[in-house]
Amino acid sequence: MSFISTLMKGEQGLFKAESLTAMQKLTLRFVVVGLVYYLFVLVEGMIMRVYEVEQIPMISKEQFFAILTAHPLVGIFGSTYLIVMGAFLFLVPYLMKKPLYSMKLAHWNFILITAGTFIFWLAGFISHYAPLYTLYWPLPADFNQFSPVGGAIFILGIALVMVGSIFFVINIFKTIMYTPEGWEKQPAGKLLGSALGTAGFFNLLKKKEKQKEHLVSLPVAAIARGTVDMALNAGIILFTGVLILVFMVAAILGKDLSNTAVDALLYKNWFWWGLDLIADGLVLIFVAGTWYLLATMITGKKLFMQNIARAALLLELVVSWTVWSHHLLSDQAQPGILKVLSGEMVTAFELITQGLAFFITLATLWAARPLKMTNELKFLLGGLLGFALAVPAGIMQADVGLNRILHNTQWIIGPHVHVAILIGLTMTLYAAIYLLFPILTNGAKLYSQKLANLHFWTHLIGGIGMGAFMGMAGLKGMLRRTLYFDGEFDLYMILALVCGGLLLIGFLAFFFNIVMSVGVNGVIGIFSPVKNKNKDLVPASE
Amino acid sequence: MVDSALVLKGQTIAYTCYTVVIMLVMAWFALRVTRPGKSKVKPALFFTFVGFLTLLGVSLHIITYNTIPWAEMDLNRHEITADRSFAIDVANHEFILPSDKLIMEVGEIVEFDVTSHDLTYGFGIFREDQSMVFQMQVVPGHRNDILWKFLTPGNYTIRSTEYSGPKGVAMVLENVVVVLPSGSGTE
Repeated sequence: MSFISTLMKGEQGLFKAESLTAMQKLTLRFVVVGLVYYLFVLVEGMIMRVYEVEQIPMISKEQFFAILTAHPLVGIFGSTYLIVMGAFLFLVPYLMKKPLYSMKLAHWNFILITAGTFIFWLAGFISHYAPLYTLYWPLPADFNQFSPVGGAIFILGIALVMVGSIFFVINIFKTIMYTPEGWEKQPAGKLLGSALGTAGFFNLLKKKEKQKEHLVSLPVAAIARGTVDMALNAGIILFTGVLILVFMVAAILGKDLSNTAVDALLYKNWFWWGLDLIADGLVLIFVAGTWYLLATMITGKKLFMQNIARAALLLELVVSWTVWSHHLLSDQAQPGILKVLSGEMVTAFELITQGLAFFITLATLWAARPLKMTNELKFLLGGLLGFALAVPAGIMQADVGLNRILHNTQWIIGPHVHVAILIGLTMTLYAAIYLLFPILTNGAKLYSQKLANLHFWTHLIGGIGMGAFMGMAGLKGMLRRTLYFDGEFDLYMILALVCGGLLLIGFLAFFFNIVMSVGVNGVIGIFSPVKNKNKDLVPASE
Repeated sequence: MVDSALVLKGQTIAYTCYTVVIMLVMAWFALRVTRPGKSKVKPALFFTFVGFLTLLGVSLHIITYNTIPWAEMDLNRHEITADRSFAIDVANHEFILPSDKLIMEVGEIVEFDVTSHDLTYGFGIFREDQSMVFQMQVVPGHRNDILWKFLTPGNYTIRSTEYSGPKGVAMVLENVVVVLPSGSGTE
């Protein structure tokens, strides 16, 4: 096939969008839009990297901070949430061998998150609303710096994302519990108990012969437990959004509500409690579940120590509710007992729970050697390495002594946050995408293995390198969330910029590879109306 | 008291060594998992690993509490009397100092008591080479106090370490903290 023919029809013309089921199309839409938002984040990141070195005249300082505000939110909600939700809305029914509870709810889930992300991104871009994702009170309601109208539209966008997230939560739990038409009545309560881990917990108190069998598989249990954190997080962010909106609407109507009506420290505690349910909750739980799924699908073997893995997921869920105070170790009014217990001690459990998931995944892979170094395996190993680097970095900064000299430096955002997200999380997601690609496309073939290899190495080196150079700058005193005008940290920022460039090259190689695999017609076909509206996950003949 | 620069150096060495080791381990694993060979993983290895992580997680904080002097001083600061105290206000993205320069001596326990009258800010002290000595958050409506003992004479810069909107970028007061050698007589 000629290049143009492959570009239009895909590798060997194997991908036929019209053969996709409604569920496959919807999943692919989630993934494609999630990847487009990832490109947004990459470009934003590169703009900020350049700006850290040289303040570009066409971008104002206010615009820079608006980009800095949108960047993590688009990354988390627009990219990661969409890809993860698309994958899980497919995988839960796939693993439970029953249809998704509601396609309509899943469609609205997709529309609300896609539109909500675009709305808050655009509102920030135009109005320069820039309180950052932390929204430390009373900054989001500081109308000397920000427009209340721009802010209200921004918050509205976030609220839509949260409503979309709640639709996802409902759909996942209903899918686990409901009885499909024509099926024998399903034990909804017992399925829920198995998914959340209460059944497994009570098994610990029973003799072996009286222990109950797990009704849902381990990956479904991980998805359910991570989804609990997503629900709690959506509640907290919605509540906070409504609070901020009250101040904004009052300002638009010409009334000045006193900012001191909200206690800044109490606000910081509840907001971080909710926000941390993403970073230290659902991300870690979803990632562990995805590692287990990938390891078992790659090897075709049972998971090593699977009962302990299941118990660790429950422990991780409980830990995620009690670790928020490590974000307040530099807040002098925060009670010392919370700093030590929640901030240090409970947070240290994450080293154990994530270390356990790391070991179990590696042991499962090891037990099946020799394995072929497929794309999904190499990206899975990259993802494991990412968390092996980033989690200990997080544990170190969650220390009363070390936090005093690390908090808000580039060290936090580099070796911990960016390495966790770019290497740990994103490489795990790429592993899942490479693994699910043939299942979701009914056997489409990847266009180029060389491009997949280029994607792997540029992403791995770029991500770790960027985190490392940001970390070095942080240890030299460079703060995050500010600007330097005299070239104090230019060397590190230029090196981080080069690594960011590698990440961009890697993504473009991946995106081009996927487009060439399914063809431009195929991409358009994914977004064309669905002809087959039944609830099959894959075509019946498959 | 150990200087924070030394603690940072120690942390840098420890973390760098760890990253090199874990990357080598993963490279070794990636190579070996594609080759035939013994594949059984003994549960004892798993439980040893879990025990090691538990020990590491708990001991890290115990070690730092006992070796990083400001950790204990910080948690027990209400029982310690400072040799010198500075009350600093922050409003409209500006630090308002009690005097043009904050002068102190090496070895004194100095209290910085910072009050925000509007937004959440940060309060950090930096060396002339830009490296950070320490920082804390400055939350409105609450007391934000910290005790510190400087070990090296010199001029230090105050900078807000928390984002407070684009205007916060300019919250830098260069060389306003002056630490004199011990016994210089700053009264």
